[in-house]
Amino acid sequence: MSNNQKKQLSPVQQEYQDIQKQREIKRPVVKNCIKAFLIGGLICLIGQVIQNFYIYYFDFTDQTAGNPTVGTLIFIAMLLTGFGVYDRIAQFGGAGTAVPVTGFGNAIISAAIEHRTEGYVLGVGGNMFKLAGSVIVFGVFSAFVIALIKTILIQWGGL
Amino acid sequence: MLAGHRTWVFEQKPVIISTGTVGGPFEADGAIAEDFDLLHADLWLKQDSYEKAHKVLFEEACQKAMEKGGIQKEQVQFILAGDLINQITPTSFASRTIGAPYFGLFGACSTSMEGLALGAYIINTKGAKYLLTGASSHDTAVEKQFRYPTEYGGQKPPTAQWTVTGAGAALLSDSGEGPRVTSATIGRVIDMGLTDPFNMGGAMAPAAVDTIEAHLTERNIDSTYYDLIVTGDLGQIGQEASLDLFKKHGTPISKEQYQDCGLMIYREGQPVLAGGSGAGCSATVVYGHLLNRMKKGEFKRMLVVATGALLSPLSFQQNETIPCIAHAVSIEYGGGQ
Amino acid sequence: MIYFWAFVVGGLICVIGQIMFDVFKLTPGHTLSTLVVVGAILDGVGLYEPLIDFAGAGATVPITSFGNALVHGAMQEAEQHGLVGILTGVFEVTSAGISAAIIFGMLGSLIFKPKG
Repeated sequence: MSNNQKKQLSPVQQEYQDIQKQREIKRPVVKNCIKAFLIGGLICLIGQVIQNFYIYYFDFTDQTAGNPTVGTLIFIAMLLTGFGVYDRIAQFGGAGTAVPVTGFGNAIISAAIEHRTEGYVLGVGGNMFKLAGSVIVFGVFSAFVIALIKTILIQWGGL
Repeated sequence: MLAGHRTWVFEQKPVIISTGTVGGPFEADGAIAEDFDLLHADLWLKQDSYEKAHKVLFEEACQKAMEKGGIQKEQVQFILAGDLINQITPTSFASRTIGAPYFGLFGACSTSMEGLALGAYIINTKGAKYLLTGASSHDTAVEKQFRYPTEYGGQKPPTAQWTVTGAGAALLSDSGEGPRVTSATIGRVIDMGLTDPFNMGGAMAPAAVDTIEAHLTERNIDSTYYDLIVTGDLGQIGQEASLDLFKKHGTPISKEQYQDCGLMIYREGQPVLAGGSGAGCSATVVYGHLLNRMKKGEFKRMLVVATGALLSPLSFQQNETIPCIAHAVSIEYGGGQ
Repeated sequence: MIYFWAFVVGGLICVIGQIMFDVFKLTPGHTLSTLVVVGAILDGVGLYEPLIDFAGAGATVPITSFGNALVHGAMQEAEQHGLVGILTGVFEVTSAGISAAIIFGMLGSLIFKPKG
């Protein structure tokens, strides 16, 4: 992608971009990855604790305990987002807070809170999925395609 | 009047008779807090939306300027101002309160000097006796529009800049006491093909360089004429990249005289990454901190170069590059008049 | 031991996300959408379930499990009802996550205002 774009640049633009690149503060990739690993791992660990809690104290099995676990994690994400803490943790944790399901919850809840000034119907209702919507759209569409292929193979291909 | 192609020299030397600057909680914690006329502890300013808070910021800056200049709002003939929000509603709504004839301007973060240049032009040609000019921005209102919801956990890279919550307004007149506006150079739209919306400083630097070099050439002066050349919100990356460009073009500008509002407003340790930005950045720093220092006699001549990135969230999503602009205005105080 | 592997596998999936942010300069939207599609494909070829057995919440908490659950729900129904089952089953397993997010989003907007 970047190569294609670069081809259309004039020599002056190219020259400046090279100068600018020298001055650009590099993203600390390794440091960010370590932070993402720790924070992301911690969130999954908490998820595991919650899941086992549901299995031991309520009548959930390994298969069904996932649902209340996800619900609880999103509830925690709501509180952290509402009290203005989640974005601070995220500046530190990066993908460590974005990739777990709490990040999905944060995307929906932050958009809902942000747009309440435009009213509950047009603001909250209309904007709730503005960030998380693409995850659902691509998840559902790809799941549809994959399930379709698999079903056809099983039913007609005798897989 | 016109010098060269795009520089105005103002023979009447319009006077900035008073200014008003208002800041938010983050600015109150910053490096130049004592130079603000009014600081708010709450981002909401007791309003029920950030956009309304944004409007109040600019209203208060205008009121402060009129109060300090001893001018009634009926005497103000024009308002030339703008901000970053869609259709610049905060500024328009604030102008509704003041009730003076109004030019709404959009030059992104260069609006402060766009307004001062046009205002000085109007005063210089006797088009008005008193007029108000200024710019404002509100951190969360701007974040909401240009980036993500404020509570969304998106990690900002170290090249990103922090939008200033603040408003600066200046009252301009043809006579009176105060710093004088002596010339202005209007910027061209410069696009170096950069696309990263989290690196505005790097994108805007060439625009600042273009305008400064045009200003020096057209006024036939060299950079030593000014005690201070101050850019709007280039931040750390933009400042270094522009110094590299000056060096390459053979324009002698020393590191000491070349400063940036975005690097002055906050103190070390505030989480602003590459520096401050926003329309309110140059407006509050110039109309507050820098004019105060000028009045104390720390320097006599300065060139303010407000820089703006002319992108929108839409243009970024459509893979457009980031066009930029810079307007330069020279302000002088003391010495020979 | 499951705690250890949950931590390590969950952390590693997040590192992949971080690399997509920092090295490929993708937006969060692009990154998360890609991870969901990857999760769906992994389940399609039958690799995600073994990962869940191995790492527990380390595999179910990251967003990739959302893609996995979508395919899983669709396949469960498809096995019983054929092609129509894909449509009725897609949200079967993921219902909890999406409903919880909508409900807590609405509740959040009633209680909180953005802090900035």
